[in-house]
Amino acid sequence: MSDSHNSADIKAHVKGYLFVFYALIVGTIVTVLASRLHIDSVALTVAIALAIACVKGFLVAGYFMHLISEKKMIYGILLATIFFFAGLMFLTVWSMNHDSLIHMNRESATYFK
Amino acid sequence: MEIPYTVEPRQDTGLFNAKVGIWLFLASEVMLFGALFSSYILLRVGADAGAWPHGLLNVWLGMTNTIVLIVSSITVVMAWASLKMKDFGKFKMYQSITLICALAFLGIKSYEYHDKFSHYQVWVNPATSVLLDEGKTEALKPGDTVDGHLIEQDKDKVVIHGHIVNPEEAAKVTHGWQEAEIKLEEITIKKSDVKYMESYGPWHNTYMAIYFTLTGLHALHVIGGALVIGFIWGPGAGMWKTEPERYTNRVEISGLFWHFVDLVWIFLFPVLYLL
Repeated sequence: MSDSHNSADIKAHVKGYLFVFYALIVGTIVTVLASRLHIDSVALTVAIALAIACVKGFLVAGYFMHLISEKKMIYGILLATIFFFAGLMFLTVWSMNHDSLIHMNRESATYFK
Repeated sequence: MEIPYTVEPRQDTGLFNAKVGIWLFLASEVMLFGALFSSYILLRVGADAGAWPHGLLNVWLGMTNTIVLIVSSITVVMAWASLKMKDFGKFKMYQSITLICALAFLGIKSYEYHDKFSHYQVWVNPATSVLLDEGKTEALKPGDTVDGHLIEQDKDKVVIHGHIVNPEEAAKVTHGWQEAEIKLEEITIKKSDVKYMESYGPWHNTYMAIYFTLTGLHALHVIGGALVIGFIWGPGAGMWKTEPERYTNRVEISGLFWHFVDLVWIFLFPVLYLL
């Protein structure tokens, strides 16, 4: 939440908060309804649910936590966080690939020969 | 000694101390929950085909809890906005709604936990027949189990409200809506035919273990956040008269934490309840 807010700014922001609130409620209902659709593809089901969750997450972080108008230092902290979080997820996905080094056993891996 | 920059921002960062502190803390929290989400992905992808359960949780209760947290998020931000507009009365009202929402969330979560501790899977001895609704009997095939909520148990019988699970049929269930369409009925099993029965606690399977870990950690955050918000709202409210700017900053910091708790739940809900 930016420190430069004054009373007039806040009044203007309140409408935005309410809009985000309604959007979050609608997003939640849409997520549940989408999960009730008889979609056979698991990948598509996961993609729809996570896409809606990402939009809702953006609304909470951007507007309720005021990240869309924060100071540079906060963005710096978050950039570092995103870097390490992305690295963690990259390692997670990479480790699921059965050709990756961590799945090679000692006999088949040239690394150990 | 007075602590500097509790109210006015530092000239180099443009931020007061606690703002930097809470964002550094939230950054560490992202990595904590990130590690658990990573574990969830690995466990789920690594599960044998058909072994990952679906539809074990009540989606409507999960959705209600999501809405409760969203309501608490708007009241937290409106409480902060009220203080910025010098309206302490509205602040008190909004934060009391936040605290009620926190209690409602924990109440619903407790009910869900209780529901899982009364939900059983029953393994039976070979050549067992069970009594179904309307006096019908059914012989269980090898590998079949009985799954459902424990209605009654005495020295002679176990009564479960649920359904008979065949492992091959269960492997075909890949979506929650398929599980929701299964017909449930009262199943009576002779106690002498019960080989083993186990509730759906964290020990039951990998899914329940990660479910209780993720939601339990999240619930601890809800409790922690509610305690801080409750302190600022009640015993700590005197600061509004002596140092209103600092008090507003405290509300802002606790609010950032609360929004983060909401943010985590926004991802937990679809991952655990719907997928």
